[in-house]
Amino acid sequence: MAVLNMVEAIRSCLGAEMERDERVMLLGQDIGVNGGVFRATEGLQERFGAERVVDMPLAEAVIVGSAVGLACSGLVPIPELQFLGFGSQAFHQIEGQVARMRFRSQGRYGMPMVIRAPFGGNVRTPELHSDAHEAKYANSAGLKVVMPATAHDAKGMLAEAIRDPDPVLFCEPLRGYRLIKDEVPEEDYTVALGKARWAREGDDLVIVAWSAAVVIAERAAELAQAEGYSVGVLDLRSLVPLDTDALREAVAGRGRALVVHEATLTGGFGGEIVATIQEEAFWSLEAPIGRVAAYDTPYPIASVEELYVPSVERVLAGVRAVMEA
Amino acid sequence: MSTMSEVKAGAPASVLAPDGVLADGYVPALDDDGLMSAWRAMLLSRAFDERAFSLQRQGRLGTFSTVNGEEAAVIGTAWALDPSRDWVVPQYRELPAMLRQGFTLKKALQYSTGDPAGNHMPEGVNVLPFQISLAAQIPHAVGLAWGLRHQGSDGVVVVYFGDGASSEGDAHEAMNLAGVRRAPVIFVLKNNGWAISTPVSRQTAAQSFASRAQGYGFPGELVDGNDLFAVYDATSRAVARARAGEGPTLLEARTYRMGPHNTSDDHLRYVDPVDLEERRAADPIDRLRRHLTARGLVDEESEASLVAEIKVEIEAAVQASEGGARPGAEALFDHVYADPPERLLRQRAAATEER
Repeated sequence: MAVLNMVEAIRSCLGAEMERDERVMLLGQDIGVNGGVFRATEGLQERFGAERVVDMPLAEAVIVGSAVGLACSGLVPIPELQFLGFGSQAFHQIEGQVARMRFRSQGRYGMPMVIRAPFGGNVRTPELHSDAHEAKYANSAGLKVVMPATAHDAKGMLAEAIRDPDPVLFCEPLRGYRLIKDEVPEEDYTVALGKARWAREGDDLVIVAWSAAVVIAERAAELAQAEGYSVGVLDLRSLVPLDTDALREAVAGRGRALVVHEATLTGGFGGEIVATIQEEAFWSLEAPIGRVAAYDTPYPIASVEELYVPSVERVLAGVRAVMEA
Repeated sequence: MSTMSEVKAGAPASVLAPDGVLADGYVPALDDDGLMSAWRAMLLSRAFDERAFSLQRQGRLGTFSTVNGEEAAVIGTAWALDPSRDWVVPQYRELPAMLRQGFTLKKALQYSTGDPAGNHMPEGVNVLPFQISLAAQIPHAVGLAWGLRHQGSDGVVVVYFGDGASSEGDAHEAMNLAGVRRAPVIFVLKNNGWAISTPVSRQTAAQSFASRAQGYGFPGELVDGNDLFAVYDATSRAVARARAGEGPTLLEARTYRMGPHNTSDDHLRYVDPVDLEERRAADPIDRLRRHLTARGLVDEESEASLVAEIKVEIEAAVQASEGGARPGAEALFDHVYADPPERLLRQRAAATEER
């Protein structure tokens, strides 16, 4: 089986889905001749033409807003936000229109759309490129929010998202585009949305994470092993749908949990995870649930971002705190 | 051919004078059947406005926005479309255009009573839902027009918005993209003078909205929005261009909102009553009546019988829209997702059991 990095897996999926379904089209800034600023769409305009791989004006609201109309016409658009941080320029279209068009039209106009958006820190981008804004999208009823942590899942979940009749925000970790590499089947497969995955087994404590934070959690879990703690890592894979069964079972068997995410602490999706765990598995808990997140400050400029995004050291400290509580 | 193309910027193109007389040498492109159905639609719209307003005051209807004063702008544009292949993307003050596409009075009433069924466009009715988030529908219209063309249809899209919504970023982004993609879309900017209480002079410093089109690389036309013929002709030209693959048009229909913004508004707090009376003299229905009367196509008796027939139609819709079962908790969950998350299914089960 071939080892691909995440951006290669995404590119391979986009090509295969465009081959499979001629209704699928890509829209975004710099995605055509340039192949995307991260090369996620490299070669696709040559293969499928400029009418299906469409370079768009620099205007997020109409990249997403026109995709609403394309979907109403019977197509399956995949608009790309060059960075999730700029999604705020399209938020009124995503939250107010894409997410609720099926509901507003009482089923007449579904939104079979995938909004692809790179995000996340530690890649030394300028301001506003790195923000982890997933919580506000998870709070947009009608949308699904998918955050894969492996190349395998990126390909399989993107295929699933494209074939899903509902709109999906598909968040891709910038730092993982090339650093995350794993075995990716060449053949067609899908990974269901809403089914968490054990990234690492461990009996004493579960770290709940998603996207690039899973990688950090895995490294922290390895170091914790040396200190005598057996730490499992549950990769949620998607926030909506949320795998509450997996959360319950993970905590029921261990009694200790730590949530790790790149987004700010207050209002971050970690709060939802903690609340869900206490609803589903309160009587199994042996210690307060811990959280390691970014601070409640704006995403900083590059020189101090390592201090902002949860690091292996901070996660390890979080593990110790929950284990010793 | 009309005199439209000779009209200088700043003066709205018009062929039907307020006294009902057509410009010299002008031959209407709208045939008599089309004309009489447009006349009926204008009367129906006005009668429905009055009835809906009254129902709201009786507590039988929620918030409602009238078309009052803008009938020629809405109907003149919609009558240039072929409902079997062309699309209407409304805001919320264009009911006659939606009706022509196949929407129903019953559904309009349901929408205003808060019944979710009211925003469901039946299959085959080429209309997007009402839009309350102003200007958000304009990018949708561009994508829809682009998508139709992409799939080999020669259908075109008319999207309605107002002078207020023109200030939103979505209006700019959408028109810019439409120019780039040469999308078969007609932007109908109904300039009715008001965004609730904000006069058009506070929306723009420009002399016209139509002139914006030049900046987007496609034609713009300023038309007298109370002149059914001028609106119809300008729209027909835009439709022909769009169908032929020549791209979008911005049509500014200059009209006047003769009533309040909606049933919750009192326009006499900010509208000068003298000005309002002057505007009423340019009422598009009165203008068309004078014309049709002069041509012998209508008289008091025929109008009275038409209005009586319309009132029966409206009452039938009112009856049909009332008395149905109130939606249950299922209505909160239906159609949110095609494939709902497990968590939502649990919430649904709890909500429906609690009833």
